[in-house]
Amino acid sequence: MTLRTKLLASTSALLIASTGALYADAHATHPETGEALASDQTFVYRDLDESPSIDPGLAEDSAGGDILRDLFEGLYNQDAAGNLAPGVALSHTVSDDNLTYTFTLRDNAMWSNGDRVTAGDFEYAWKRAASPELASPYSWFIELMALENASEVIAGDADPSELGVTAIDDTTLEVRLVQPLPYFAQMLTHFTTFPVHQPTVEEFGSDWTKPGNMVSNGAYVLTEHVPQEKLVRARNEMYWDNENTIIEEVTSLVINDENVALTRYLAGELDRTDVPAGQFPRLAAEYPEQAVSVPLSCSYYYMFNLRDGAPDEIQNADVRKALSLAIDRDIIVENVLAGGQEPAYTFTHWATAGFETPDIPMATMTQEERNAMAVELMTAAGYGPDNPLEIDLVYNTSESHKSVAVAVSQMWKQTLGVETVLANQEWQTFLEARSNGDYEVARGGWCADYNEASTFLDLMQSESGYNDSKYVNPEVDDLLAEAKTSSNAQANYDAVEEFIAQDTPIIPIYHYASVKMFAENLEGWPFENFQQNWYSKDLYKIAE
Amino acid sequence: MLSFVVRRLAVAIPTLLILVVLSFILMYSAPGGPFNSERPLPPEVLANIEAKYGLDQPFWKQIVNYVSGVVTSFDFGPSFQYKDRTVNDVIAQGFPVTLTYGFWSFVVAVTVGVSLGVAAAIKQNSWLDYLAVGISIGAQVLPNFVMAPILLLVFTLWLGWLPGGGWEGGQWNYLIMPVIALSTSYMASIARITRSSMLEVLNTNFIRTAQAKGLPMRRVIWRHAMKPTILPVLSYLGPAFVGMITGSVIIDVFFSTGGIGQFFVNSAFNRDYSVIMGITILVGTLTILFNLLVDILYAWIDPKIRY
Amino acid sequence: MFPNRAAVEGVGEAMELAEVKGRSLWADARTRFFRNRAAVVSLIMLMLVAGFALFGGAFAEYENDFVDFSLIGSNAYKGVPSVETGHYFGTDSNGRDLFARTVQGTGISLMVGVVGALVAVIVGTLYGATAGYYGGRVDGLMMRIVDVLMSIPFMFVLILMLVIFGRSIFMLFLGIGLISWLDMARIARGQTLTIKNKEFVEVAVATGVHPVKIILRHIVPNLLGIVIVYATLLVPNMIIFESFISFLGLGVQEPATSLGALINEGSRTMQFGYYWQIAYPLFFFVVTIFAFFFVGDGLRDALDPKDR
Repeated sequence: MTLRTKLLASTSALLIASTGALYADAHATHPETGEALASDQTFVYRDLDESPSIDPGLAEDSAGGDILRDLFEGLYNQDAAGNLAPGVALSHTVSDDNLTYTFTLRDNAMWSNGDRVTAGDFEYAWKRAASPELASPYSWFIELMALENASEVIAGDADPSELGVTAIDDTTLEVRLVQPLPYFAQMLTHFTTFPVHQPTVEEFGSDWTKPGNMVSNGAYVLTEHVPQEKLVRARNEMYWDNENTIIEEVTSLVINDENVALTRYLAGELDRTDVPAGQFPRLAAEYPEQAVSVPLSCSYYYMFNLRDGAPDEIQNADVRKALSLAIDRDIIVENVLAGGQEPAYTFTHWATAGFETPDIPMATMTQEERNAMAVELMTAAGYGPDNPLEIDLVYNTSESHKSVAVAVSQMWKQTLGVETVLANQEWQTFLEARSNGDYEVARGGWCADYNEASTFLDLMQSESGYNDSKYVNPEVDDLLAEAKTSSNAQANYDAVEEFIAQDTPIIPIYHYASVKMFAENLEGWPFENFQQNWYSKDLYKIAE
Repeated sequence: MLSFVVRRLAVAIPTLLILVVLSFILMYSAPGGPFNSERPLPPEVLANIEAKYGLDQPFWKQIVNYVSGVVTSFDFGPSFQYKDRTVNDVIAQGFPVTLTYGFWSFVVAVTVGVSLGVAAAIKQNSWLDYLAVGISIGAQVLPNFVMAPILLLVFTLWLGWLPGGGWEGGQWNYLIMPVIALSTSYMASIARITRSSMLEVLNTNFIRTAQAKGLPMRRVIWRHAMKPTILPVLSYLGPAFVGMITGSVIIDVFFSTGGIGQFFVNSAFNRDYSVIMGITILVGTLTILFNLLVDILYAWIDPKIRY
Repeated sequence: MFPNRAAVEGVGEAMELAEVKGRSLWADARTRFFRNRAAVVSLIMLMLVAGFALFGGAFAEYENDFVDFSLIGSNAYKGVPSVETGHYFGTDSNGRDLFARTVQGTGISLMVGVVGALVAVIVGTLYGATAGYYGGRVDGLMMRIVDVLMSIPFMFVLILMLVIFGRSIFMLFLGIGLISWLDMARIARGQTLTIKNKEFVEVAVATGVHPVKIILRHIVPNLLGIVIVYATLLVPNMIIFESFISFLGLGVQEPATSLGALINEGSRTMQFGYYWQIAYPLFFFVVTIFAFFFVGDGLRDALDPKDR
């Protein structure tokens, strides 16, 4: 064979091979949409920090939740819009008194080692999560679910076996509540309710979550975990819906610095990352297909300390209201954050399901009118240029909290002549100061546990453990209690929001948005999902 | 010599004890516990957790338990923050990483620094000298939290030559940027010290004699001048080594290497007492050992020194 | 990270030498210092930087905490450095005048450097002189304590302290000072051992002068040269140190700032093209540190007449 023919032969071989690959690639299409799929189906995304735990019973942060929703599957999943979709459970029935739920489980759900997923696995997992022996920081979630005996079990007054959950047979799970919870089924998409594999947990103890030991029932299995660096999960061949999983491998990389993460995203190392505060407009202009902002179920606010013994000047509702009025929320959302957040005049996030934002007078005024009213209120309260109010504002260390605090303190100074002393504290000190009432004004953020207005407004209840303002208003308590059983709670929520606007125990500032960069060829992201609960099994990459 | 080593080691033990007690007291008096979160835990849940980690016991008992655990079984206890892991797990994973890039940074800093310093001294007041001095001061002045993002922009985003972070078991392309960012300022200091030390040595009588005898310059430098030149450099190596271990905080933040520095800072912020204690003891032990090693080297090179 | 001990110790020997020759060491040193061009230029630069920190505020058109709301989020085209708008150095990401902030940050950084070095030098000198003067068992004990403290990873302890006691400038000074006096103590002790045997000290001891007085009146003044050199070389290291603390978010409280904090903020927006946000603070940072290094080197060479 001459050199020339050799070359020719190898070229044609190459041609055949490459067309072959093309041909194969062209055949991979999405089963529903018919889009051509990319040959590389890996998804790499950034996490801010290492999650405290990836044990469903012990996990406590939302990034850990993202990982757990891939590794495990609970009774229900959420679909792209955030509605319930069948998970291990196919359906459920509720007793007439709304206290007993009976779930029917699918019989083809498998653990990654080939064992069947049974109702008993759920019973074991829930009792484990509540047990004082495991001492999970998230055991309160079981209490929140209002399971029979949950509080007693957590307090150690009852044996975990007395928890209100029973596996009737392999595919039937019975759950007993102590009070009706309209959103109970919604709560079952949360990671604390995911099943765990009893033999594995018992064999390895606390080492069971390490790669190689872990047995899971989700669409993916854990293959590699280097704390503070990365966590890799690969397709679970035993998953009941495995043939519809498209992404082969998911990697979460821990990258502490958001600017570094953005650099690495732009260098093509990541498929998803966060947009640093203030950078959304620029990135959206430059990469319109990639920069995305969608509402996220959290509210950002400042709280006043209303305890006895807290500084006097902020016990005056007019002063508090003036401070609230003087904050130009439009500047904060449009200029400081600039990531599609919405100005907040109500505590409840505007996009919360079934919630109509009430007409708070302040919301419809112009900022000039607000400022004028604020000055009026302040003057009436006896503060002015010759008697300036002094306020301490604490926030936890973070670039964006700092930016908001700096802007707010200047708005107060420029409009009302208020002197603000800023103090940033690192997280644990901050939390301690806030729950001990060792502050005047403090930053707060609250994220919905479930998609309903009471998840926010219950914080205003006098006895709520999360009411760090210690706002006490019997009327609000009554309205909230009534809302629990009322068929139309909107009127109650409107009234509570009115009270918040009038008494100003907190200053709602903005409603969060999730601001991210997504690789152009990544499809299937549940942008409509208010809690941004996503499942890698629903994602796919299209061929470019 | 032997008695010196023994004496130093004898001091090391109370030092470590002081370190343990000091950091334990510091952590204990810190506001905020390891289990606070945005959503305060119900008291009964908190009680369960505290019982699990023995935090419900009196202070003295906690510290005694802790120290005896460390001394008898090398057990630093469970991590409060990373609930699936023990402190030993955390250290076993993070420490080799820090040690690897720390070691290479050390090698680079010493070899490049000493060569640069010697070259500058031999060619004093030449362009090479000025260049070396310029580079070394520039490198010393640029904070490494500025250098790290610049490296990332240049090598990852613009040139696309190097991965922007991660460790991957310490492959060479993941090592380059951490080593550059960590070693530069130490390299600069070493170069400056070497240069001035070498200049001083070159002016001493015995070197002048050697030169006068007509020995070639290279030989004079290598056989005679190098040893006394290296002494001040040696005494800098102890602090430099400690600096590199603590400097790993910045490396871990920017290059996501997962070393001990990031764990330390996170744990301090999260009040993860046991991890903080574990890392502090580890770094303290290393510091003591390293300083001892430097002292022994010093005595070996310069027999005039007696302890 | 701290000035090299061996490099400073030569100064002590030189001072003894001068003593022997009976010439005024200080006059000599001054002449030598002013012959060193790099050191003189650096000294002038230092004075300019200090002047900038002290009086720069008078030229600023804005307060360092004043936020121009129309400029937030539009840095790229409106917050650029410009004489017309009065933002000579542009604005930071929060719409504040970078000139005023740089002035203020330079002031804080200089203060941290100088006060930190001062704390270290005072504590270290007194400690070292006391140990050296008494000698014997006291010396042994005091120096063992220094040895013990030296092997504590102080960066870690400082992080713990700032986390635990909350951040404040006082804490920063205390922490930084605490870390850096150890080397000074060793140097001071070594020098004291030789000074102690000088006639004037022996005379003082013989006439029954109180030891505290001897240390303060006779020993410490004779350590001055070495102390000054060490302190000058310590200042830039303190400034670098503070910048690291700022990077961790444990530095001074808003709206106050330091060069380290400004550089840290600037390095975050560098990739978006807001180069001025890092350029100006970094310039002052670099100039200050360069100048201190050169002045320190110049002082050392001037006080140590060995021809280098």
